[in-house]
Amino acid sequence: MTARISPRGAVSEALLDALRFQPDAAADEVSRFTDHARDALAARPDLLTDEDLQLTLLLLYGLHYGDTVDADDQWEWHPDLLRTRRAIEREFERQLRERVPVGELPEPTADAVAAHLFALTAEDTGPSLSRFLAKKATEEQAAEFVIHRSIYTRKEADPHSWAIPRLTGRAKAALVEVQSDEYGAGRPERIHAEIFAHTMRGLGLDDTYGAYIDRVPAITLASFTMMSMFGLNRSLRGAITGHLAAFEMTSSIPNRFYGNGFRRLGHGEDVTWYYDEHVEADAVHEQIAGRDLAGGLAEQHPELLPDIVFGAAACLYVDGLAAQHLLESFEAGRSSLRQPEEVLA
Amino acid sequence: MTAHQEEPVIVACPDGPLLVRGHIELTTPDGTPIEQHRRTVALCRCGVSTIKPFCDGSHKAVHFRTDT
Repeated sequence: MTARISPRGAVSEALLDALRFQPDAAADEVSRFTDHARDALAARPDLLTDEDLQLTLLLLYGLHYGDTVDADDQWEWHPDLLRTRRAIEREFERQLRERVPVGELPEPTADAVAAHLFALTAEDTGPSLSRFLAKKATEEQAAEFVIHRSIYTRKEADPHSWAIPRLTGRAKAALVEVQSDEYGAGRPERIHAEIFAHTMRGLGLDDTYGAYIDRVPAITLASFTMMSMFGLNRSLRGAITGHLAAFEMTSSIPNRFYGNGFRRLGHGEDVTWYYDEHVEADAVHEQIAGRDLAGGLAEQHPELLPDIVFGAAACLYVDGLAAQHLLESFEAGRSSLRQPEEVLA
Repeated sequence: MTAHQEEPVIVACPDGPLLVRGHIELTTPDGTPIEQHRRTVALCRCGVSTIKPFCDGSHKAVHFRTDT
């Protein structure tokens, strides 16, 4: 059972139309899709805020993840869809590299890379969504926060797992060590994405994957599509390790604030378990991801160092924009979600 | 499992916690076992963690340094 997803423009509309058919019976829809995508890219879109192209990317990655859109499994490796995905990805990556400066690089040693990433994430003085949640958010705003996070968190860890077979030795062992914890270390009830489902249900939200895709803007989708792009492309294996390191390094302290926010609003352990779990887990993961994963990969492959730092910086940049969107909406007394009239438009 | 695999390894993370891999007995002073929720744990050494004896990342907020 998958959620109903509404198109946001000509490209996603043509794709959703095509996916209703078997791959060998949708030639017209596929060619409409590839034409619209080419036109959309020629119009020099801002990939981070383009609703139509971000939804398109999310749907295309959804064919690999599953449970996103109701489509025949054979669509996953359809050459025209892959070709179009690559075209969008190339522009997405180009724009990210243009906007996210990598700066000075550390020495390619595990110690230096970990220290550099810890310093980079400590400088991240973006808007403090976690403090807002802890002290001020209303029940409605707290639920909106969970809705935004659900796009990634109901598939938590999956984008980075694509990278496991792309790594070797110390970096691989480190990634598996972190992911094993993310996936509950053999206990399905402790899979983080499932613990998050408790949080959603505790707030009266629908925990079906993608139930709220229509409600979240492009920048929220971009956070998830970016890490999916990093994870699914071997050429970006440096970026996915840097991304995970930065993600973990900016997690344990904010999660304490999130948990406190839900406690302040009167919620119990069913809702706060996810956040409390991450306070302890991510204090472990950030050490492994910084030193053994990102640092270990830099020692094995010094040529990947710029991408490792790029992935970390891109994580901070995009997640900073997504957090800024929520905070600005809340401070202006607006909803951070797409409204029903926008969804229908 | 061999004896070699059983041997715990503790990494003293610069400016951070003690990262413990492998099985250790972690107890309160009276010998009561402290439950460990994961295979690899991080033990606080800055003294500021709110979930002692485990690390919660607070060392970063107080700029804890291990080289001075």
